[in-house]
Amino acid sequence: MRASLLFVAAAASLSAQVPYERILRASSQPENWLTYSGNYQAHRYSTLDQITRSNVQRLRTAWMYQMSHHKVETSPLVFDGIMYITEPPNDVTALDLRTGRPVWSYRRPVPAVPLCCGEVNRGVAALDDQLFLGTLDAHLVALDMKTGRVRWDVAVADYKTAHSITLAPLAIKDKVVVGIAGAEYGIRGFLDAYDAKTGKRAWRFWTVPGPGEPGIETWSGESWRTGGAPTWVTGSYDPEAHLLYWGTGNPGPDFRGDTRAGDNLFSDCLIAVDADTGKLRWYFQFVPHDVNDIDATEIPVLVDAAFRGRPRKLVLFGNRNGFYYILDRLTGEFLLARQFATQTWAKGLDERGRPIRNPASVPSPEGAVVYPDDDGAANWYSPSYSPQTGLFYQNAREKGGIYFLTDAPFEPGKRFMGASRRPIPGEEPWGALRALDAFTGEKKWEFRLASPPWSGILSTAGGVVFSGDLEGNFFALDAASGQPLWRFQTGGAIYANPITYMSEGRQYVAIAAGGAILAFALD
Amino acid sequence: MRVFATCIIMLAASCAAWPQAPTEPTPQPRATPADLVAGGRIYGTQCASCHGTRGEGGRGPALARPRLLHAPDDMAMFHVIARGIPDSEMPGHWFTAREIWQVVAFVRTLGRVASEKPAGDPQRGGQLYSAKGGCPRCHTVAGRGGAVGPDLTDIGARRSLAYLREALLQPEAAVPDGFLQVELVTRDGRRITGVRLNEDAFSIQIRDFSDKFRSFWTEELSALNKQPGKSPMPSYTGAFTAAELEDLVAYLDSLRGLP
Repeated sequence: MRASLLFVAAAASLSAQVPYERILRASSQPENWLTYSGNYQAHRYSTLDQITRSNVQRLRTAWMYQMSHHKVETSPLVFDGIMYITEPPNDVTALDLRTGRPVWSYRRPVPAVPLCCGEVNRGVAALDDQLFLGTLDAHLVALDMKTGRVRWDVAVADYKTAHSITLAPLAIKDKVVVGIAGAEYGIRGFLDAYDAKTGKRAWRFWTVPGPGEPGIETWSGESWRTGGAPTWVTGSYDPEAHLLYWGTGNPGPDFRGDTRAGDNLFSDCLIAVDADTGKLRWYFQFVPHDVNDIDATEIPVLVDAAFRGRPRKLVLFGNRNGFYYILDRLTGEFLLARQFATQTWAKGLDERGRPIRNPASVPSPEGAVVYPDDDGAANWYSPSYSPQTGLFYQNAREKGGIYFLTDAPFEPGKRFMGASRRPIPGEEPWGALRALDAFTGEKKWEFRLASPPWSGILSTAGGVVFSGDLEGNFFALDAASGQPLWRFQTGGAIYANPITYMSEGRQYVAIAAGGAILAFALD
Repeated sequence: MRVFATCIIMLAASCAAWPQAPTEPTPQPRATPADLVAGGRIYGTQCASCHGTRGEGGRGPALARPRLLHAPDDMAMFHVIARGIPDSEMPGHWFTAREIWQVVAFVRTLGRVASEKPAGDPQRGGQLYSAKGGCPRCHTVAGRGGAVGPDLTDIGARRSLAYLREALLQPEAAVPDGFLQVELVTRDGRRITGVRLNEDAFSIQIRDFSDKFRSFWTEELSALNKQPGKSPMPSYTGAFTAAELEDLVAYLDSLRGLP
């Protein structure tokens, strides 16, 4: 009874509206967190400066919200007094910012779906009066923002063929853009946009071209049918150029290239597509003919800056393959790359950014030692770009593996890998939060972590960088020097991105850890 | 085009045949050598990328163990393979019941040590373990003993006779995974050596060689030296006669876990 009264009272007080124009101006209203990465440019940086490097030691838990799962990758949205999170497997909950108490929950039954990496979801998108959720059974669902009730629910793909959605969709103008996962099961990848009002599909860009389409010549035989190239991490958006930037994942089978001779476009690429039509404007392939499962499904960070003395529109990209890249985001021109973590798969990159392959890193019957392992030097978790420091903060994973070639028979819904992995004997994997000069890739400092991390990074105008580790620490570093300033042991491994917002005059920082969301503010 | 059409038909046919609910178990068949081969093949393509080629573990836990947390018996393992483990990265699998039983049979071989008959007398070995060897100072059997060294309660089920012999004669050639000797130097100059229990970016917890639990913030330390491959265990070369060594190996081999 008490719960239902709470529901009625809170629902009545809600009048949340997130028009497109509001998301466009996200950086100028830092009290909210309106889209996955904080702004369309994916900076995961906030101009809020109430919490600073000199007072962050006073950060205390304001509230916690507990879930029933223990691996939570959600990145919350916050606006108009409410925080919106996803809970595993496919639920959405609205939380009262003052108390952390739930306002409503959408609970979705999920069938048995083949998933590579757990029943995870990274958050919702908001547009106008709706929230958008991608589901493990490959649906896109629109919810009424006030009540969590379903407005529409469309199948993006067939989950029985191991298509799934784990990312937070990206809502732009009048569309909802959503990517797909399932390359470990031989799906053919794509990026979709849906009409936000009706759920009708507006366009689809196949990340593996079909017969007659440009790029098909990079796939031998029929291999394109199971070519992978998924799009399972939220991209970014340049409203002026009206281009979407999205990373694509590995070709299938992950580790066995003999059945798919060629560069395997558009796997392991950054693609720029027209937001209205889904037409490809340009692509840059980081790893042609990948046999190490080093998806380029990281966050493209859009920055306008002088580069080598000339004002340019850049995209910055900390890649799972161990290199940090800078491209011209209007043309895709390769400008710079610099290694930021241990890697052995490439002997280097040529002047156009194409890798010079190390043949010893190709999985073989005898076993090939490869750095990074297939969890990558980076992964889906977000980096952060601070215009204040000019640094690009990247969590790096230092871990290798030994890869033994296996058969890769294709059967829909079953694993399509092509290698087995063994740990490197005696190796103790580790990690580090690294601060790179955003425009040279040079490492300025690092903060060492006991194990390879799965947490994203938030930087703020208070001169503070927030991140977490698998040992449960949520911590703050000096954004300029990397010196540790504050820590809190959450008691659960952190697999999530931090955010920040204001509520009733106080700045909060929030993160999912273990099976909880925690919100912190100064005491 | 014809190939494409055929493929679509095949896909549609196999889609229609798929279960949407997890596979239900059939009575467990006796595994034949052919079943083990088939199970090994499925394991290699479907399981080994997470659990390791020989079950050493990786993204998923090691399976080359006599006892598995989520699969204490074969029926439990069947359900784990069919349904996955909720709230973990272990997915359910759309295998037939026969395929699942083949994988179960194969996975059980991963944790099995080839059986050899030890030459020594386990009873005499047990006395040597407690008295002359002084082993309980550092090792636990059935919940009794020291905690610096690995628990030996089921060591006979996990290790071959050759490994046990080597561990006694050249302990540093047989340091188990996860065992790390560390030397800490505190800011006030104390030097403490022990076994790492836990470590993160801000702290470390160890069991020192007097079997005492110690916890330090990293700012309390001036040095933290990790010594992989080092072991505090002395070599028993020369400490035992050849016959005594075989008795001790026979005793360790007899440790098969709690009933």
